[in-house]
Amino acid sequence: MNWESWDAFWAMGGYGLYVWGSYAMTLVCVVFEIALLRRQRAQTLARIKRMLQWKPE
Amino acid sequence: MLKFLFTVIRRDVLLAARRRGDWLTAQFFFVMVVSLFPLGIGPEPAMLRAIGSGVVWVAALLACLLSLSRLFADDFRDGSLEQMLITPYPIALLALGKAIAHWIINGIPLLLIAPVLGIQFNLPAAALWMLVLSLAIGTPILSLLGSIGAALTLGLRGGGVLITLLILPLYVPALIFGAGAVDGALSGTGSEAHLSLLGAFLMLALLLSPWVSALALKISVE
Amino acid sequence: MNLYYYASPATFYHLAGRLIPWFAALAFVLTGVGLYIAFFVAPTDFQQGEGYRIIFIHVPAAWMSMFIYVVMAFWSAIGLAWNTRLSFIMARALAPTGAMFTFVALWTGAFWGKPMWGAWWVWDARLTSELILLFLYVGFMALTAAIDDTRRSDRAGALLNLVGVINVPIIYFSVKWWNTLHQGSSVSLTRAPSMAHIMLWGMLILALAAWMYAIASALYRARTLILARERQTEWVRNLVGQSA
Repeated sequence: MNWESWDAFWAMGGYGLYVWGSYAMTLVCVVFEIALLRRQRAQTLARIKRMLQWKPE
Repeated sequence: MLKFLFTVIRRDVLLAARRRGDWLTAQFFFVMVVSLFPLGIGPEPAMLRAIGSGVVWVAALLACLLSLSRLFADDFRDGSLEQMLITPYPIALLALGKAIAHWIINGIPLLLIAPVLGIQFNLPAAALWMLVLSLAIGTPILSLLGSIGAALTLGLRGGGVLITLLILPLYVPALIFGAGAVDGALSGTGSEAHLSLLGAFLMLALLLSPWVSALALKISVE
Repeated sequence: MNLYYYASPATFYHLAGRLIPWFAALAFVLTGVGLYIAFFVAPTDFQQGEGYRIIFIHVPAAWMSMFIYVVMAFWSAIGLAWNTRLSFIMARALAPTGAMFTFVALWTGAFWGKPMWGAWWVWDARLTSELILLFLYVGFMALTAAIDDTRRSDRAGALLNLVGVINVPIIYFSVKWWNTLHQGSSVSLTRAPSMAHIMLWGMLILALAAWMYAIASALYRARTLILARERQTEWVRNLVGQSA
């Protein structure tokens, strides 16, 4: 184990801002991408469903 | 074949000569962009001399890009491009001819104006000469690579800006070697390496871009 | 097994659907292992203290950004040569993920640079090349988005991709050249600390995790693209109708 305490872990020897800033942005990007993927799929499916439901009068 | 090439070049140059407004605009754009930098950064002679090579080169890139969107677009709009594509001559030759014509119309004037702009940036004579030489080798590269972008974006709404986005990354080596050559002359460290690399890049562009532009044209027009 | 079987969008759709959970699971597990190594096993660096731990993301992200671009080019080449629709779809499915990794590489590069070298952005060869790579990705996505006709859009994007991939070594070389000429700092920003083995293992595992993630997200995106393009077909109508 590297860390004496949780505080030390978050502080990262003074580099906390930079280390966590990096990991946090990466997490944000991944979450954002996954959300975007699911939204695009949902929109496409919705569009196709609407298309199927259209009945010419 | 050579006759076809010359016909293509001659046609484009003639058409451009009849509409002097278009290429004059690009040249004025070149001059204006260069003039913006001292206004934005400050007129100290030493600093201007340091940035001069880069500024003139970047302005040349932008001026070139400005005129590229019209390379195939005018012919495409009135249907003559499609006719040219079904001639028995290789399309790569058409693309090459157009690129050469573009260089004659837009590149050569840049070469004539650049030294004057270089003087505004306090470049000494040796650097001025290198500026013209590097642009002389570099501007054909811009026309050749640019023709690929023009072919890919033919008839698209985004047009000019889209070409810029696509082609600027490809221009980076030319910019680095070209402006670097001028800096080499400025600092006395010599420009041979830069010019050789620039020349090699030109050879590569000359050999490959007509074929790639031809493929791009086929993709865009069919 | 006849590979052409899987060139059909319908069969690929279902195959991808079965594979995605596996790749996602692998990505998740490998990330867990990698992060554990990164924070709890790898020792403090002598020169850079705890700040160096950013490389566990920065380096895998940079590797993936370049790797994905090359894989895209592979699919673009196949698509142009054999006119297989699925190849173009794969290239387009990979692009946003590649761009994401490029952005992460740039961001983490900046966050690594600030404490180490005092500046948020340094024009060193690797970061500058990453920036240009981001422009290449964005250019691809902009071009394919600007063209309405699917076939033209696919093929134009593929050609642009190939032109880009040929130019990347040239661009990288010229930027390296430029960087050595204008050398300010004598040390490359992105040179990692001399690697203890465990650090290398951490990076490799996270790189593998990123790879699994990229495959999973590309397959997912490809499935959505297939649905959209094949919306007029019987099998899509049945599929969507069933889930109504």
